[in-house]
Amino acid sequence: MKIFVCVKQVPDAKDVRLDPKTNTLAREGVQSIMNPYDRHALEEAVRLKEAHGGTVTVLSMGPPQAEATLREAISCGADEMVLVSDRAFAGADTWATTYTLSMAIRKMGGADLILCGKQAIDGDTAQVGPGLAERMDIPCVTYVRKVVAVADGAIRVERMMDDGYDLVEASLPALLTVVKEINEPRIPSLKGKMKAKKQQLVMLSAADIEADSEQLGLKGSPTQVVKVFAPEMRGDRAMIEGSVDEQVAQLAAKLETIL
Amino acid sequence: MDYFLSEEQQMIVDVARQITDELIIPQRAELDETEEFPADILRAIAQADLFGLYIPEEYGGFGGGSFDVVLALEQFGRGCVGIATAFAANALGAYPILISGSEEMKQKYLPAIASGEKYAAFALTEANAGSDASGIQTTAELDGDHWVLNGTKQWITNGGEANIYTVIAITDRAKGPRGATMFVVEDTDPGFSYGAKEKKLGIRASSTRELVFKDCRVPKDRVIGRIGTGFITVMRTLDLSRPGIAVLGVGLGQAALDEAASYAKQRVQFGKPIISFQAVQHMLADMAIQVEASRALVYATARHIDAHKTGVSKMSSMCKVMATDMAMKVTTDAVQILAGYGYMREYPVEKMMRDAKILQIYEGTNQIQRNVIGQEINKEYSKK
Amino acid sequence: MLKIDLEACIGCGVCESNCAFGAITMEDGHPVVNEKCTLCGTCVDNCEVEALSIEREAKANQADLAAWSGVWVFAEFRNGRLAPVALELLGAGRGLADTRQVKLAAVLLGNDLGEAANELIAHGADTVFQVDDPALAHFTDDAYGNVLADLIREHKPEIVLAGATAIGRSVIPRVATMMGAGLTADCTNLAIRDEDGALLQTRPAFGGNIMATIVCPDTRPQMATVRPLVMKPLARDASRQGEVVAVTPVAERLKSRVKVLESVLTESEQANITESDVVVAGGRGLDGDKGMALVSELADALDGAVGASRAAVDSGWISYHHQVGQTGKTVAPKLYIACGISGAIQHVIGMQSAETIVAINKDPHAPIFDVATYGVVGDVFEILPKLTAKMKERKGQ
Repeated sequence: MKIFVCVKQVPDAKDVRLDPKTNTLAREGVQSIMNPYDRHALEEAVRLKEAHGGTVTVLSMGPPQAEATLREAISCGADEMVLVSDRAFAGADTWATTYTLSMAIRKMGGADLILCGKQAIDGDTAQVGPGLAERMDIPCVTYVRKVVAVADGAIRVERMMDDGYDLVEASLPALLTVVKEINEPRIPSLKGKMKAKKQQLVMLSAADIEADSEQLGLKGSPTQVVKVFAPEMRGDRAMIEGSVDEQVAQLAAKLETIL
Repeated sequence: MDYFLSEEQQMIVDVARQITDELIIPQRAELDETEEFPADILRAIAQADLFGLYIPEEYGGFGGGSFDVVLALEQFGRGCVGIATAFAANALGAYPILISGSEEMKQKYLPAIASGEKYAAFALTEANAGSDASGIQTTAELDGDHWVLNGTKQWITNGGEANIYTVIAITDRAKGPRGATMFVVEDTDPGFSYGAKEKKLGIRASSTRELVFKDCRVPKDRVIGRIGTGFITVMRTLDLSRPGIAVLGVGLGQAALDEAASYAKQRVQFGKPIISFQAVQHMLADMAIQVEASRALVYATARHIDAHKTGVSKMSSMCKVMATDMAMKVTTDAVQILAGYGYMREYPVEKMMRDAKILQIYEGTNQIQRNVIGQEINKEYSKK
Repeated sequence: MLKIDLEACIGCGVCESNCAFGAITMEDGHPVVNEKCTLCGTCVDNCEVEALSIEREAKANQADLAAWSGVWVFAEFRNGRLAPVALELLGAGRGLADTRQVKLAAVLLGNDLGEAANELIAHGADTVFQVDDPALAHFTDDAYGNVLADLIREHKPEIVLAGATAIGRSVIPRVATMMGAGLTADCTNLAIRDEDGALLQTRPAFGGNIMATIVCPDTRPQMATVRPLVMKPLARDASRQGEVVAVTPVAERLKSRVKVLESVLTESEQANITESDVVVAGGRGLDGDKGMALVSELADALDGAVGASRAAVDSGWISYHHQVGQTGKTVAPKLYIACGISGAIQHVIGMQSAETIVAINKDPHAPIFDVATYGVVGDVFEILPKLTAKMKERKGQ
């Protein structure tokens, strides 16, 4: 089975702050990490490879420093890594991103199964998975929490819904987006780290994937950011003071009036 | 501080650190409470290729030396000495095979140990033979094609969890020091059984049990090396394993220092964080000095052992004594700095203090180690 | 692209310090822009000498924007009922449609739809496009996507809204890709821009640490998903008139490469948190299951549901179904009590619409107090048991 895993290098989102006075994203000291959901997607891909045979290729669209994340993926069991990188991709929204990723996958000979994390913790859109499936003209199952079986050209999975879960079967090739509950990602092995160090990176530019420049990057993005601002937080901040017993008494009285 | 590690050595540290931070530290308090064997963590260590760090590549191991093992164990010790001991005891059990075993024996047992598929344990201590190892009473008698073992081993780490036991028994009492032989006993051998898990002061995640050999029959090919070489194999095993134990002390001391220093920065009394008081600062300073010095000695010893296979007893004993005495002192001081909170089970330092004690006792008490060092000095200076 | 008038530029550097994306650096006294620029226009607005301007290339394939008219809502229907978010979106959609002076329609896909179409009309829809077919009994992304896309191509609505639910977040990106349309996820605010009637879509990013407003200048429809409980539905008006249009797609379009074998509804141990009037939530400050138990007890005493921050869920003290926040559920109860929760924006995003917010935390500087109606600086382990006892007392238990 030829499995592709789309991974993204993201800033550790909880550390990114917008200074409301200067309107600047403070990015100093913010670590770059593999998008946590992608770690789960990668782990699932490696497990499927171990069970059913095949290869796992990790693919990322990003700046050159995304290479570190791809090497981390190799140390966790991926076989090949591909970085699709070009100044032309900068500013891409999910439309341009899915176009770029699909051209890269086609260039690499296509996939039987594509795994993605449910969303990236910087953009938080969760749009790339389903959008990429549409580009590749394959079915997509989102919020997968368990892969039950792979057989006879189909994959059977449990997908989480808001009120429970569905057991679904999709014909292959297919794309799955996964949630954290699906597995416990492995810690990179020593041999994996050594392999990652030596592994050749396949780097593809816009020209390599024969992309239409009109559909790339900022130019190719139907959505545009027109304003960025710090979220407003307004609360009355009526602080309840006193000893523990006094606080409890006052609070209980207030709750009574509300309920 | 820069320890001038190679890239590969740094990778070992990074993988071990990740296992410690993501798996060992979050589970250590619960495993200490339930006294449960850390099977999941050992599995993760195996998957990360660290289980067979010291086993040569041709037997499925990483082919690393003492220093590589030391680097990994230091991280695990920082997390939990109990869990680290459960892992380290496998090396202790495997060393006799590695040191003295035949090629067939190595092929038979080492790959399974390297992959973490099977666990190993080392069985020397008995009720009447602790520091005085020569006082062992377990016997082995030849009966046709089998050796028959009779006796009881006490306080064996990984006892009951291991599948492969390297056991020393008396084969010819008349021959004194040349009268003992090491054997491989498998958990499925007839006549082998083990007792209940011991309840201990510390390293509770590590399983400690009595082993009982009652007409335990093992085939002849289970003899490790030549008959009568048992004590020699034991001595060489302990020489190799001592830096590993020592570095558990370094990791433990570091963990205790980290807890104490962080706490001292947060705890405010008399209007100031207590780290501003000289009394506390001096304690922390002494702790830091001792941790770093112990680390330097352990690292130097491990590197020396990797380069020079023989004549390592004195260094090996020295680093064990220093690092483990240090760990006892540093963890006790850490509890003192955390004071009332340090005494509470909710905080990690009381466990660290409880865990530290065994480091001064097992693998040869620190008193015996000093005997060894003294004797080596005696020998050294006789030549001068 | 960003154009810099070097003669007008006075080298003050305001543009550099105001750029949220670090796309401008001052070199030799004037700004140099790199590829991080998103053309958001903040620097243009801030330049006192108007030395900056944005020149947008006319797109090669401009949609004839005027041909697209109307506001649509994808009305999610699952397990025999309309998802509440559909009605909320009709509430938001009505406002947008009225501003644009166009019609508001709902698209209803499923099987055995019963009275759902009438419910949609009673909540504000002028038209309901209804597709009732066994092939749509269970959600599959290709069948639902194809049917929705075909309807959009035929009727050309300028705006399409959907709930950011498991279904919405699965099918809408697919449809947007089919249409070449811009899609903005998890919008917290929707408005119409005065100058050109474009849809302004505001949403959180970076885990909620920043808010961004987005437009789709050149593509139609403008698509947006919205989280449940962010918008408010209109009051139900059974007398409202509307048209139900039954649509029969070609069989080919109803085919799917996905089979739904089984649909399992899980009972949650306590009341579904999004439907409860009272939510008591626990965070890192509770330190473990025992702490979470105190939260549960208070929730019980108030007949409420138990919520949790991501920290509590990730630590394994409670299951994911209770998670409130950016990567969990959004709740808007009458009363939200945050216990031992610091109030990181990622959590606040999920509960800031609550009517009354009470925060209990031992750190007086915890950001949660900035959104709280009432704040109590104290130890949850002392306060919760006493508060629970008091509330039980007053309840007469």
